[in-house]
Amino acid sequence: MFETIKCIELQKNQVIKDIKNATVNEKFRGLSKIHSEKCTNCNECKNICPTNAIIGIGEDLSIDLGKCIFCGECERVCTSDVIKFSNFHKLGSTLREGLITKGELDPIKSTEFIKKTFGRSFKLRQVSAGGCNSCEMELGACSNANFDMGRFGIEFVASPRHADGIVITGPITKNMAKALEDTYQAISEPKIIILVGACAISGGIFQNSEELNREFLEKHKVDLYISGCPAHPLTIINAILDFLGR
Amino acid sequence: MYLEIKNNQTVNKADIPIDSFKNIKKDLDFKKMRVVQFFVNPENGKNRLYCVFTGNESTKRLFVVSCYVENSFESITPINLALHLFEREIYENFEIKPIGHPWIKPVRKQDNYEFLKSDDMQTHEVAVGPVHAGIIESGHFRFLCNSERINHLEVQLGYQHRGAEKMLKIAPSIQLAESICGDSTIAYALTFAHAIESLSNIKVDKKSEIIRLIALELERIAIHIGDLGGIAEDIAYKIGSAVFGVTRTLVINTMQEICGNRFGKGLIKIDGVNFDIDTKIGEKILSMLDEVQKRVDKMMKAMNNNTSVLSRLEKTAIVSIKHAKEIGMVGMAARACNVKIDARKFDDENFEILTTGGGDVHSRFYIRYVEIKQSKKIIENLLEKLEGEINLERQFVNLAPNSFVTSITESWRGELAHTVITDEKGNIETYKIKDPSFNNWLGLAIANRNGQISNFPVCNKSFNLSYCGFDL
Repeated sequence: MFETIKCIELQKNQVIKDIKNATVNEKFRGLSKIHSEKCTNCNECKNICPTNAIIGIGEDLSIDLGKCIFCGECERVCTSDVIKFSNFHKLGSTLREGLITKGELDPIKSTEFIKKTFGRSFKLRQVSAGGCNSCEMELGACSNANFDMGRFGIEFVASPRHADGIVITGPITKNMAKALEDTYQAISEPKIIILVGACAISGGIFQNSEELNREFLEKHKVDLYISGCPAHPLTIINAILDFLGR
Repeated sequence: MYLEIKNNQTVNKADIPIDSFKNIKKDLDFKKMRVVQFFVNPENGKNRLYCVFTGNESTKRLFVVSCYVENSFESITPINLALHLFEREIYENFEIKPIGHPWIKPVRKQDNYEFLKSDDMQTHEVAVGPVHAGIIESGHFRFLCNSERINHLEVQLGYQHRGAEKMLKIAPSIQLAESICGDSTIAYALTFAHAIESLSNIKVDKKSEIIRLIALELERIAIHIGDLGGIAEDIAYKIGSAVFGVTRTLVINTMQEICGNRFGKGLIKIDGVNFDIDTKIGEKILSMLDEVQKRVDKMMKAMNNNTSVLSRLEKTAIVSIKHAKEIGMVGMAARACNVKIDARKFDDENFEILTTGGGDVHSRFYIRYVEIKQSKKIIENLLEKLEGEINLERQFVNLAPNSFVTSITESWRGELAHTVITDEKGNIETYKIKDPSFNNWLGLAIANRNGQISNFPVCNKSFNLSYCGFDL
């Protein structure tokens, strides 16, 4: 027993105290800044992008963070330094169009209703609908002793009956479509839908797969989009906190 | 009649001997050899069955043989159980029937499959999934139980099926390969890169290859530590779960310092790596590994001296060495049953395969600790060899026509094999992936037999098999 007690020191004092102002390592590829005035319209970035995340030409060149998997290929292939990834990690939006950017993202706005209903306790059910296990592991990491999401009253629960919302990862496969719908229906109103990762938001790298069935997203309104491949725990926690108006 | 090949060696399709099915069947005795790949590739209107196999234990030899099959073939499963899934997969994809197969049930398809039923009035069913209680992937488990005792566990997957093999055939990209199984990102990217590089005769510079291997071992350490925490969590030993959780963060944050992604996405490219490891990062890796080792040692000592921990882990969910060999288990789970299989042997003859015996949850728990220490040593040796510059220039990828390559990597779960076959124009004709989970899911089912349902979570975590790697 004493050996176990001695181990307590191995996990204490490692929590990120100020989660809102915490920064990620400078090599992290987060929000991309687009200097479209330098663009020569060579289209190299569009040709190399595996998820067709780069849209528009010339002045309108922008990047869709709902599709982007942050591989950094466009930055490497561009000879005019148009696209530059920064380590800014707050990549969330309440609107799908809000993720299409030239280097700025609108801050997530909360509503009085959401703040009042979920602000102090927000329980979520996670469904992996074809996810590759990296977003799932990052969602799991949100609750570990470093990020400790539980201190804000945000937790993942074991049953949809206990949940206030659903977190979806993965491109939503045909085989998971029904289970996803059933899980959503089992949650009582009012309920929130959060999509985490490029696959969930747009299909990501699997957008051209024939084995997907994304009808669920046509039927129901999504409340929060969180980008990444996978989304960083700090990205996830900050987006949810902003969404709750905390 | 078969052709001996090396790992990552491109051979001409025409050089692969075409034998009769009967002769192949004769050779496929599980006591002598182990199947790595067994699949059908439609060629010129005919179905050609390829079989890649290797010696049974601690061998570095690899063989390939092929034959033509029509609408059916005589099932090999009755004499070699390891083939049961390969044959079911062939039936599902091509409707070529393995006659005499004991149980041709769907592999990934879902259409109203009826689960195994029992006539016994005392037996009841417990259905778990596809949506699980924790944050894990989707899959279905069906227990046939007599009160708390599990008579049979049926694992039915396919929920995560995204058609990855088909997509890799049409538009192969390293990003897609990385995203097939996110917890084995490096292993998948590396296997894909090795296969494509071999087919297009691209040579990778020495430093890049060393960086890749360092990343592969870092991935192994990170996931093993996470799993140790997961096992602790599942026996309600919270301090273990918390300590291993934060220790894993150290490793994956170092990965982020190398390449900007905690899972190593974006590190590997075809013909090398995108990010260098300079002396500064090298030193950081070393000091991080020392700190990790210190913490893991301390925590493992506490757990191994704690009787309430040991009583949950020891003699729980046993797979015997006989069963492990019979069903062709691979990787860490097989090594926990004292079976000496490690794909790292293919590339390094002097590689020392470490095992723990027993085949219970504790052996699968302890093998992770053993491998963390081993991987640390491997990384330290590799870091000493780091010198020179990496090649950042991109080489033109031009796949050789009519070729065949099998690329095998020891991912943290076990032997991951990608086989690529090209057509006469140099386009990919078949991209076949075999995840280690493909071999090991039956092991999980066998381990749970006659156990308690309450032990299933910790047993499942001790295997930690991949759903998406199986479903593709």
